[in-house]
Amino acid sequence: MSVRSLDERPAAQEQPLSKARSTFVGSLGRHRLMPVLLLAVLVALAPLLFPSGFYYRIFALVYIFALAAVGLNLLMGYAGQVSLGHAGFMGIGAYAAAIGPAHFGLPGWLSLIIGAVLSALIAFLVGRPILRLKGHYLAVATLGFGLLLAIVFTSEAEWTGGPDGMSVSRLVLFGWSVRGSETWYWVSAVLFLAGAAIAYNLIESPAGRAMRAIHDSETAAGVLGVDVSRTKLLVFVISSVYASIAGSSLAFFNGLVTPDVAGFLRSIELVAMVVLGGMGSVVGSLVGAAVLVLLPQALTFLHDYEHMVLGLIIMGVMIFLRDGIVPSIAAAFRGRRG
Amino acid sequence: MTILATEGLSLSFGGVRAVDGVSLSVPENFVFSIIGPNGAGKTTLFNLISGVYAPDDGSVRLAGADVTGLKPDRLARCGLSRTFQNLQIFFRMSAIENVMVGRHRHERTGVFADLLHLPAVGRQNRETRAQAEAALDRVGLAGLAGQSAGSLAYGDLKRLEIARALASEPKVLLLDEPAAGCNPVETAALEGVIRGIAAGGVTVVLVEHDMRLVMNVSDRIHVLANGATLAEGTGAEVRSNPAVIEAYLGVHGAREAAHAAH
Amino acid sequence: MAELLQFAFSGLTVGAVYALVALGFTLIYNASDVINFAQGEFVMLGGLVTVFLLAAGLPLPVAALLAVVASTLVGLALYRFAIEPARGANAVTLIMITIGASIFLRGAAQVIFDKRYHSLPPLFGDTPIRFGGAAILPQSLVVLAGALVIVVLLWAFVDRTLFGKAVLATAANKLAARLVGIDTRLTVGFSFAISAAIGAIAGILVTPITLTSYNIGTLLALKGFAAAMLGGIGSAVGAVLGGLLLGLLEALSAGYLSSEFKDAVAFIVILAVLFVRPQGLLGRARVERV
Repeated sequence: MSVRSLDERPAAQEQPLSKARSTFVGSLGRHRLMPVLLLAVLVALAPLLFPSGFYYRIFALVYIFALAAVGLNLLMGYAGQVSLGHAGFMGIGAYAAAIGPAHFGLPGWLSLIIGAVLSALIAFLVGRPILRLKGHYLAVATLGFGLLLAIVFTSEAEWTGGPDGMSVSRLVLFGWSVRGSETWYWVSAVLFLAGAAIAYNLIESPAGRAMRAIHDSETAAGVLGVDVSRTKLLVFVISSVYASIAGSSLAFFNGLVTPDVAGFLRSIELVAMVVLGGMGSVVGSLVGAAVLVLLPQALTFLHDYEHMVLGLIIMGVMIFLRDGIVPSIAAAFRGRRG
Repeated sequence: MTILATEGLSLSFGGVRAVDGVSLSVPENFVFSIIGPNGAGKTTLFNLISGVYAPDDGSVRLAGADVTGLKPDRLARCGLSRTFQNLQIFFRMSAIENVMVGRHRHERTGVFADLLHLPAVGRQNRETRAQAEAALDRVGLAGLAGQSAGSLAYGDLKRLEIARALASEPKVLLLDEPAAGCNPVETAALEGVIRGIAAGGVTVVLVEHDMRLVMNVSDRIHVLANGATLAEGTGAEVRSNPAVIEAYLGVHGAREAAHAAH
Repeated sequence: MAELLQFAFSGLTVGAVYALVALGFTLIYNASDVINFAQGEFVMLGGLVTVFLLAAGLPLPVAALLAVVASTLVGLALYRFAIEPARGANAVTLIMITIGASIFLRGAAQVIFDKRYHSLPPLFGDTPIRFGGAAILPQSLVVLAGALVIVVLLWAFVDRTLFGKAVLATAANKLAARLVGIDTRLTVGFSFAISAAIGAIAGILVTPITLTSYNIGTLLALKGFAAAMLGGIGSAVGAVLGGLLLGLLEALSAGYLSSEFKDAVAFIVILAVLFVRPQGLLGRARVERV
């Protein structure tokens, strides 16, 4: 009996009529970076809807946090490894941006790069022992790691200004001083889009497939030749660089950095962005960041009731859209169409 | 020539000798089956050979080299791959992507190239995809390449695991109960797949309960009971071995079977 | 020596609270696989509700009892309206729900009560007892005794009553428990209720020493979680041990090093323990079945 004849299911049927048209549109629509292109258009058009200049500032924050969330999503949503201490890396980036110019007279952009390299190095060193842990044990270890960093930032007052933090001098790029909310809107948007594009590149690459495989089965990935611990470490390092660059940007943008940037609540906030928007969805990270940055702004009119409503919204979203906002909505759309 | 051999392989779980001093030697290009009653230690033996568990005692040799206690990914690079009794599918990926992971040990792009999607990555992806499509085709799943793995039927998932393991171009392929849960039609298809794999120059080590499948495809059969070797031989030899019959049917059942044969 | 004794006692007192929070984590985790980050809010509720009922003119025992009842109801509501509807969601989603609940409860406390710190009168006055050169607050002994009573009662309940065995069975294997006729919704709901009650009692006992306010829950949840993991998640004895150990570590490093670093030392020890024993002190190593 031949094997092929038993395969009753027909191959995905191509209809000859629409084939010519679908090859061009289809290949463009399916292109890896299509979502980034669409996001870029949205980002470019969004300011047309801003009622006031204040929104440039808010959305600059959205993009900066979305950048960190995309990195964390690579780790959590794609590779399946939890981190409750990722704000620690934001802290490294932020304090590098502050300390580099203030203590060493380095240019801001170089400080950002040094911060990213330092984050990668620290992630590499602590990652190996920490990533051996699984599930909730990994959660508590990363939590402890983040907490330790926050304590360092608080206590090394000579370098960091202690609990009050320190001011950050303006970012200057090739003699151009990056200032003002509107400028930062575009700078942070470009950073976020670049981060999203790199994430999409990774997801559809040999290393990316290995990283997605270990999410579902470390055993199977190992048997197929994937070095599981090396792959986890790689994603951890990459996601730490995302967080670090986001942290540096936040510091430059605010002109101030305090230990809160690396705190436990910040880490939880990053996780919430990833989970709320949707694990394993780059667009979801943007949506999650937007929700958690915009919501407190939108709820200020509630005054004292703000936190109650915020808590209720988080619970409601997670109960009714348990896979996160973007994947749940996408699934609903697919369900309706077919 | 012997491609895979174990020597006195043993592992205990909390006092229970799950695998107890098993020595076997698999000739190259054979379909070598390991059978035995439930709890005989077949899957544990597989886990020891493929590096998922480390043995308490004994050794594993692959193509002459001592590979005892090597991690699965190292073993994979030495040319050993396997499937799983309890499916280990990458459910968040499509069928073809599952198989593409199987190509991992042959992929040559660096991390920075991957992040920036340099031209080499595009070439690599196309090559990997082509090889993965070929592997899917070998098990008869070519039409389902783009489907999400989570939406495939159980029998298809079993074959998907085989395709994934094949994609890594192993010298030795361990199949852990590939027919478990499959209907007779799927099992018959599997027989063709296994023959095809062996014909392609891959040594197959098979753990299976479906005796018809085992008898039809095996060049040699190794029988385990209570973690230890009970017998080894060709299908006919094993079938007529009183100790084997007793292990499967119990003393009483073996006597009845003997009566029935008269 | 007197100094060490002093630090040890204050460490054990705080550690007893951590232990009770960790015990709450463990009960809920065993029953439902949920890591409940709202666990600290029960401690906050216990203390604050008592404070405000006392101020409203109720006698302390009545106020305390009502506070425990109120927290228990909140725990049941958390299960019924937030965890139950999300049955089958993945672990991270469930954690986010409890974090949402924790933000909600904190916000509610801030509206219903206020944002100030409050205290309760200690049960046996505040004249320190001299012991080996150390001055020990009577309330510390109350906290320790209270924790001990709760642990013993809990053990007796699980070990000696049919319903306790049902809770244990649910923790071991929910499906099997259901098959032998145990109403697992009831046992899981009960675990949430009892965890909330334990948290509230801890809050009432410790408020005379550490004060309470609407926002103490987050840090307690963090410490309780860490203590539970240190002991090995799922092990009740491990939770108590982890809590006491964490409290001791904090007090000793605050005393001998600096209070800035007390959290640092505690977490360095936790990291070190997990590197050596990835399953916590008393947790069981799992063999992955494939």
